[in-house]
Amino acid sequence: MTGVPVVDEKPEPKGNAPLGGDNASTARLGDRLFGGAATASGVIVIAMVTLIATFLIVQAVPALLDNQENFLTSRAWNPGGDQPGFGILEFLWTTVVAGAIAMLIAVPFGVAVALFLTQYAPVWMRGPAAALVDLLAAVPSIVYGLWGLITFAPFFRPIQGWIESTFGWFPLLAQTGITGGTILFIAVVLSIMVVPIVTALSREIFAQTPLAHKEGALALGATHWEMIRTTVLPFGRPGVISASMLALGRALGETIAVTFLVSSLPNGAAWTWSLFNGGETFASKIANNAAEFSNPSRTGAYIAAALVLFVLTFVVNSIARIVIERRKAFSE
Amino acid sequence: MSTLTREGRAAGESRAQPRSGDRLSDQHDQQPPDEGATPPGGRPDDAALEEMGNPHHGRAVKDAAARVVMWGAFGAVIVPLVWILYTVVSHGVNLLLSSTWWTNNQRNINSGDTGGGARHAIEGTLMMAGVTAVIAVPIGILTAVYLVEYGRGPLARAISFTVDILSGIPSIVAALFVYAVWVTTFGIERSGFAAALSLVLLMIPVIVRSTEAMLLLVPNELREAAYALGVPKWVTVVKVVLRTAFSGIVTGVLLGLARIMGETAPLLILAPYTKNFQRDLLHGNFPTLPMMINQDRGDIGFATAAERMWGAALTLILLVLLLNVIGRVIARAGSAKT
Repeated sequence: MTGVPVVDEKPEPKGNAPLGGDNASTARLGDRLFGGAATASGVIVIAMVTLIATFLIVQAVPALLDNQENFLTSRAWNPGGDQPGFGILEFLWTTVVAGAIAMLIAVPFGVAVALFLTQYAPVWMRGPAAALVDLLAAVPSIVYGLWGLITFAPFFRPIQGWIESTFGWFPLLAQTGITGGTILFIAVVLSIMVVPIVTALSREIFAQTPLAHKEGALALGATHWEMIRTTVLPFGRPGVISASMLALGRALGETIAVTFLVSSLPNGAAWTWSLFNGGETFASKIANNAAEFSNPSRTGAYIAAALVLFVLTFVVNSIARIVIERRKAFSE
Repeated sequence: MSTLTREGRAAGESRAQPRSGDRLSDQHDQQPPDEGATPPGGRPDDAALEEMGNPHHGRAVKDAAARVVMWGAFGAVIVPLVWILYTVVSHGVNLLLSSTWWTNNQRNINSGDTGGGARHAIEGTLMMAGVTAVIAVPIGILTAVYLVEYGRGPLARAISFTVDILSGIPSIVAALFVYAVWVTTFGIERSGFAAALSLVLLMIPVIVRSTEAMLLLVPNELREAAYALGVPKWVTVVKVVLRTAFSGIVTGVLLGLARIMGETAPLLILAPYTKNFQRDLLHGNFPTLPMMINQDRGDIGFATAAERMWGAALTLILLVLLLNVIGRVIARAGSAKT
């Protein structure tokens, strides 16, 4: 997306210069003012992102220099004081694992719902059904947090108990004694929150599958499902990948719902691989300790954590964009 | 079959000019058609189909299974939606029907007390959203105008890229950034305005992307017609392009507002809650619906606080839904016109 109208990109006949208005009169005062304002807004956006990165780095560095522990591999969290020592390993583990499991659940469901909305639902149903799914995206995340905490958790507890007692021999599903907000529970709630994101983007791209591809597959004798598998899914794959990445970015950064649900571990709790362990994510750790931002070195530790989260979501979103751009390059 | 046989017999009686169909008709006369007659080229019988793994059958089963899975997935996704809405409505609707909910604040009402209302938080949420929109909408729309109408080359690519980054920033990071600037660096107190600033960061990318999509839909012929009439470029953009895309832009703004109204993380860090009316965004604590929910969640042991929490949640959902519905209605009205 270079910001050029698609029409402008079309080659003009006989090799004439494009007719676009980019070279239209720009000498008038009004033109200079308006064009200047538009450019300035764009520059403001660039400045904002630069400032965010700069401020986070500048305020994180002093705290990181004072840090007595290894920032990336330590599980301790004792910011502030004379001997601050903090590491993000635990948050990194919880954030990434919860996000990954949420994707494992949300992507198949999101894609299936997108296929339903574009390929299976009767035509009269498509509009209302899509509106319902969008409604799921409109529910504020704090409401998901409340619902998860008060209504959904009691339903999930027996399921978790059953999994623990049946598959407890498997290290990832080992019993930990934590019944509240386990990593798996948080992942399930997160997956419900991001399904509409996966669906919305996948739906858009599935709907663009060329009719000729679909009719060709059907004419060769494919069943409806075979038609989808051979035309719609391959055509939509880049869209699905980028939708999943955007949803993952959202899941990694989700704050308030996770803050409501997590059970934080005491400092120095034994390490376990179990998904039924508690543990804070980056976002919930910061939000839960908002009251603690008393001195710069203490705040610096949290800002350093936010910086890691920023980089994490940045990488994930960049992958999504690269996939989208690549598809554009091929399809035009 | 009977008509064919009769015709055949008629043909057989007048054998003057033999036709290709005659022999067939004669055969039919002699022996009625056999169900298992093999057509030319041969047709595999059931046993042979079985040997081939009966591909027709397996494909049909897969097709049916896929259909069931898709319907099932849709049903499974609707379940949490209905469940959430039911939970919130059933717990919260009573308070919303009480007379004081829309008129009073929570002043001097402790966690265990009933009464009071959410007027302060509703006003606060709307005010904060309004201030956010006043800052974010012009920047967002102008940025989109730059990207579509003016921008080419490295600057446009850089802006597009940073908008992508901005749209991926978690709300808590935006909040912490504003905290790092506002409180740590400049030493200004936390306030509603600081929270609005972090919401601006979250709202700008939504508006840029939706406006950009709408501007790209404006046919280039309209621009060219304006230029051909000698209209300056900026007048063309304001009076032709932006006006054509107006309903789409409004929809984008409303959806962006709906998104930031439900954000809680920035409020948690930048705008502490108060139970009083507060119309000063620059000084002191600030009441908002998400923070009211958060406050009462802390005292959830009290039935009154729990009910207030659900009431505030329902109010927030209603506000967000209202914006969504208005946005969609405007979008539909706009698209019907073109």
